Amino acid sequence: MTEVKAVEIKAKLIPIYIMGKKYEVPETLTIMKAIEYAGYQYIRGCGCRGGVCGACSTVYRKPGSYKIMSGLACQTVVEPEMYLTQIPFYPAIRSTYTFEKLTGKPEEVFDLYHELFRCVACNACSKVCPMDVEVMDYIAALKRGDIKAAAEISFDCIQCGLCASRCMGELPQYHIAQLARRINGRYLTPQAEHLKTMVANIEAGRYQESLTGLKVMDINMLKETYTAREMEPATGGEDWIPKENIGL
Amino acid sequence: MPYPEQLKELIKVVESTRAERVARKKKNEEVPFLSLDARTDRLKYHPDFKDEGRHELSIGPSKGYKIAHEMAEVLEAHSRVNPADVDLSKTDYETDVLILGGGGAGTSAAILAAEQGCKVIIATKLRHGDANTMMAEGGIQAATKGHKDSPYFHYLDIMGGGHFNNVPELAETLANNAPGAIKWLESQGCNFSKYPDGTMKTIHGGGTSRKRMHYAADITGAEIMRTIRDEARNHSDDIQVLEFSPAVELILNEKGECAGAVLYNMETEEYITVKAKSIIMATGGSGRLHIQGFMTTNHYGATADGIVMAYRAGVKICFLHTVQYHPTGIVFPEQAEGILITEKFRGSGANLVNIEGQQFVNEREPRDVEAASIIKECIEDGKGIPTPTGKVGIWLDSPMIEDLAGPGTVEREFPGKFILYKRFGIDISKEPMLIYPTLHYQNGGLEFKNTGHTSLPGLFVAGEVGGGIHGENRLMGNSLLDIIVYGRIAGKSAADFANENVNGSKLSLEHVVKYNEEADKAGIAKDKVAPMLLPNYTDARTREKQLTSHYVGNMR
Repeated sequence: MTEVKAVEIKAKLIPIYIMGKKYEVPETLTIMKAIEYAGYQYIRGCGCRGGVCGACSTVYRKPGSYKIMSGLACQTVVEPEMYLTQIPFYPAIRSTYTFEKLTGKPEEVFDLYHELFRCVACNACSKVCPMDVEVMDYIAALKRGDIKAAAEISFDCIQCGLCASRCMGELPQYHIAQLARRINGRYLTPQAEHLKTMVANIEAGRYQESLTGLKVMDINMLKETYTAREMEPATGGEDWIPKENIGL
Repeated sequence: MPYPEQLKELIKVVESTRAERVARKKKNEEVPFLSLDARTDRLKYHPDFKDEGRHELSIGPSKGYKIAHEMAEVLEAHSRVNPADVDLSKTDYETDVLILGGGGAGTSAAILAAEQGCKVIIATKLRHGDANTMMAEGGIQAATKGHKDSPYFHYLDIMGGGHFNNVPELAETLANNAPGAIKWLESQGCNFSKYPDGTMKTIHGGGTSRKRMHYAADITGAEIMRTIRDEARNHSDDIQVLEFSPAVELILNEKGECAGAVLYNMETEEYITVKAKSIIMATGGSGRLHIQGFMTTNHYGATADGIVMAYRAGVKICFLHTVQYHPTGIVFPEQAEGILITEKFRGSGANLVNIEGQQFVNEREPRDVEAASIIKECIEDGKGIPTPTGKVGIWLDSPMIEDLAGPGTVEREFPGKFILYKRFGIDISKEPMLIYPTLHYQNGGLEFKNTGHTSLPGLFVAGEVGGGIHGENRLMGNSLLDIIVYGRIAGKSAADFANENVNGSKLSLEHVVKYNEEADKAGIAKDKVAPMLLPNYTDARTREKQLTSHYVGNMR
């Protein structure tokens, strides 16, 4: 297996401290692969292994420094003498709501998350964010009632919960941001007209005959139709129209 | 780590041909697409065509079918539990619909089943949402722009990509329900990339004849997953989620219907039983089996569990003789090895170039053709770029996108990948990426119908665990679509079944006993067990010293 082979490369071994306990691991590994190399088999604290799921948030400190650093175990390369622990779960509160009944008013967010106004603007959340999201900025935007801005600023959030873990106001920032993004997508952004039209056309059966034609077509004929299909040019704009209106 | 000197030198070669390539792109002068015959010829370099990598299944309903050793190994194995040890006279949970798997398919199925008035349990191996859905980047296909596109063209593209071997009804249902799926996601508050008037932005993907790839920056899957997971959490009265509790066997009843599952709480090491009126298999794919030793883009839990369980219960498998290798996985830096680079880079115009800075294939061929072309260029023609860790790769020329669409485009359109590389000291708006094919998608899986039904009454299928929609090769953007379309269909069908069917009462694991006997007869070692549940990446020398945690297969 490639991942097993990867650790067999003769890299220099360096000491790291997993929850205070010393292990020698190859210096080229990520924290995740180093923990596995040391002999752990993950159950919690490991998810996509690609930096988007938020399962492997890790906090660490380097010798001689008081500063708590953070990163994703699957994305951060080990450093000598690093002291680390993972925080695979954080018990932040989440409000339940009926999405259909929302309208996009800021008060709806305030009602669901009163804690919003407990923010003291210390910025610990932004500092700890492994995705470099400006957490405090989106909380500030929400306090102003600017849900759209909050949705945009929080877009890269992977919901790992580190922000909440450091928050002295005890806000569940990542849950509030999720609410803001959904409100933005549904209530503050125009819905796509072409989508409505297409769904209505399909329901009315507009394409069924041409589609059935393809389904029953002899395979050689189908291959010919496929090869002959007109390709939309890569650099064409939204208004490009095919030469023939077959199938439309 | 940043590119070392020798690679920086080679990047200069890429830069020397870039202006000319950009000029050609602007004039729409593309490297010609391969003809269907030339594609067949090129596919000889695809790993699926390596006969020594496969063998015929010795047991089960698809006995004799030739598939990759790694997949066959988990099917040719015994149960993790002795069925006699499981007390079925009382069950730990009882529900209407039991969903195995908490990714995109399972979650959309749960929402639909709950809407039909059903009580739902989702049992999932990791956390709710830890799934390949979360990792899908590039987009979701749907013919939503009627002035130039329709399900007709989408269907044609699906069939062509799948070598015309797809199950036509499955492909048709996918194309026809695609716009409805996007509309549902939009109504759930998914933040698709749009123009100010609400028109969805759409681009090409490999094998598409029309620009129908909808996206949410470069984290489309994560945006979809976190949105529908949030909605499922709003229905916590009806949808209960059991995390870190994967299913290990299906339970049947005296009528031969699927009627529940045995779960394994990985943290307390208890086996738990759930009785249900209908079951949806939504366990996803199998990248972590590392077929033919390839690196993978898949999440930690992708180990084919659902295929193992349903196969034992008599459901046939199909199209598993083909596996999708994504053409562009990171091959350097080593820390990010195997991670997917979305096809959207190529859709946005980035060329694939060899060590001489030359293009050797159109960057928008279907995935299997693209992957085979990269392997040929590196292995057969020797024009790959050697990496410091002894591997080989091809350049994906991302800085071209800046030249085509303006400075800042790469960071704006690909924020996820931009940050990932930045952490390693590489600016992908200025330097190209080094890539090689990586194990990405299980094209095949369990046989099922376009209503979600399988041959086993009470068992429904949704998402990557099913086979046939994509034939022998899936196009980009059709798997996010598949999980939403078929997740919703399976949710509805399973709810209907639960609401209409009078459930049997006598639960049984007799099918597991029989399968174990068949395995014995075929000479399969007793200590070979499946499902695998989790891969093991512990260093071999450390594993040798783990004397009391003997692993049987991958089970302690």
